[in-house]
Amino acid sequence: MLWTYTKTTSFYLLVAVIVLVSVFPFYYAILTSFKSGTALFEITYLPTHFSLDNYISVLTTGSFVRNFGNSILVATSVVVLALFLAVTAAFALARVSFRGRGLLLMTILAVSMFPQIAVLAGLFELVRAFGLFNTPFALIFSYTIFTLPFTVWVLTTFMRDLPVEIEEAAIVDGASPWVIITKVFMPLMWPALVTTGLLAFIAAWNEFLFALTFTSSSETRTVPVAIALLSGASQYEIPWGRIMAASVIVTVPLVVLVLIFQRKIVQGLTAGGVKG
Amino acid sequence: MAPTQSTIQIVPTGPGRHPKRVKSELMRQRLRAAGWFLVPMLVALAIVAGWPLLRTIYFSFTNASLTNLYGAEWAGFKNYLNWTVLKSGRVIWSGLLADPVWWNAVWNTIRFAVLSVTLETILGTVVALVLNAEFKGRGLVRAAILIPWAIPTVVSARMWSWMLNDQFGIINDLFMMLGLIDHKIAWTASGDTAMIAVLIVDVWKTTPFMALLILAGLQMIPRDIYEAAAIDGVHPIKTFWRVTLPLVRPALMVAVIFRLLDAMRIFDLIYVLTPNSSQTKTISVLARENLIDFDKFAYGSAQSTMLFLIIALMTILYIWLGKVRFDGGDR
Repeated sequence: MLWTYTKTTSFYLLVAVIVLVSVFPFYYAILTSFKSGTALFEITYLPTHFSLDNYISVLTTGSFVRNFGNSILVATSVVVLALFLAVTAAFALARVSFRGRGLLLMTILAVSMFPQIAVLAGLFELVRAFGLFNTPFALIFSYTIFTLPFTVWVLTTFMRDLPVEIEEAAIVDGASPWVIITKVFMPLMWPALVTTGLLAFIAAWNEFLFALTFTSSSETRTVPVAIALLSGASQYEIPWGRIMAASVIVTVPLVVLVLIFQRKIVQGLTAGGVKG
Repeated sequence: MAPTQSTIQIVPTGPGRHPKRVKSELMRQRLRAAGWFLVPMLVALAIVAGWPLLRTIYFSFTNASLTNLYGAEWAGFKNYLNWTVLKSGRVIWSGLLADPVWWNAVWNTIRFAVLSVTLETILGTVVALVLNAEFKGRGLVRAAILIPWAIPTVVSARMWSWMLNDQFGIINDLFMMLGLIDHKIAWTASGDTAMIAVLIVDVWKTTPFMALLILAGLQMIPRDIYEAAAIDGVHPIKTFWRVTLPLVRPALMVAVIFRLLDAMRIFDLIYVLTPNSSQTKTISVLARENLIDFDKFAYGSAQSTMLFLIIALMTILYIWLGKVRFDGGDR
């Protein structure tokens, strides 16, 4: 009896530790973002101050709002582009057997394993040659390297599991492959498209290396770069309050999205086996 | 979920019960369509991945600089390894293979990848086992562990660097209160602890991903195996080592390899958390520094190429091992 009791208690203790460790840093960032002035440097574990100064400062000075817009523009465009290219490709890879298909899938998987730094020099040259340097298009263009393989891979896995009978019926009715994709498969694919799109969106929203390298002015930066480079008057004076406010603004939409689509995201992650 | 199996798996294609002529006509139509469907994706990947990779490799054999990309001259292997013999007969080696800074970065990268993935695997398994048990509020816990995963790396780096701040950081305060340390530690600035700081943040952020992948593997183990073990009176700990672990191994291996390849290319966390520490500078950080900041474009390209080779080698090894070992594993 005592043994069972200890076991249950320690289990729930473990659960509590897991939850606390997961949530605490974000909680602490929110807590800090509401502190201003000297309150910032008093260590408190519970909310004691409530001031919107940091939020007002982040949103009114500098180009943070602009950066936020850039991030939305880039991430949305990348997702649309990747899904558009991936849906048809996934059909070909999942439903048509042809020689070299296995090799092709392997290559796509290999591309998603590319270290980004390995293409940085070549992409830098391309971006400059196309005149895209310091524009959002440079990022939309370059982010394809990690969103496209990922979306193709997950959608292929998903499309492979759709029943053959549906497709056979459509073929008997004389439907072409294009009609099968757009009229027969697409309605069934919405859940998968939402999941993949969301994961690609998060990946693009969080990307740092390309965003740092292919933009040079504060107006064209995306949010991660803006937050990384947010600094005070001097090198030693880091505006922690503003950084935390900006961090909260950037993270809240993601956390809300993730919590709403929790189940779908878990499915997508495990189906893709690729880091989102 | 194992990529190697997906390619081996037989895929339902088209109708198989039609008369031969109709089928071949259909097959031809489908093949043509498949070709057209694949072309845009392949062209996109070639432009954005294939060509830049080739250019990076090319640049690594030249003396290109940021301002002089096109007038670059062929330099052979000079960026990798070069030697000059002085009049006195002394040989001076240069190039990245003779550069201690490069080897330091390689060592940091390997150290980081191995340590972070090991910790994440152990903690991820613990979290997955907890989530695999049935208890009230399980959904809530799963939601909670998704939060670190959803937070952008740069943001988590800054959040933690505030928490790890030497003067006003909550971690120092907490550890002092608990009596774990007796003086405040400059976690990110001091050379001894910089890697620990990086590991803490990375483990915090990535363990959820690991846990979810392992959980997916755990949920594929049939429950009756556990019932049988329980009836036979096998101790739960023995059940874990003898039943759970062997059955979850394929899923675990895939997760470990993915994370390992991912950890090898780490850039953003280290760039933001410990920007100037030689104790944490990884290959990606070093290569970008040379490419963009130091105007040693060709030298940076050589370092990038080397990292690509290392990761490519690991991938090939994985695929090769995958064919041999994981067949019919977890699906």
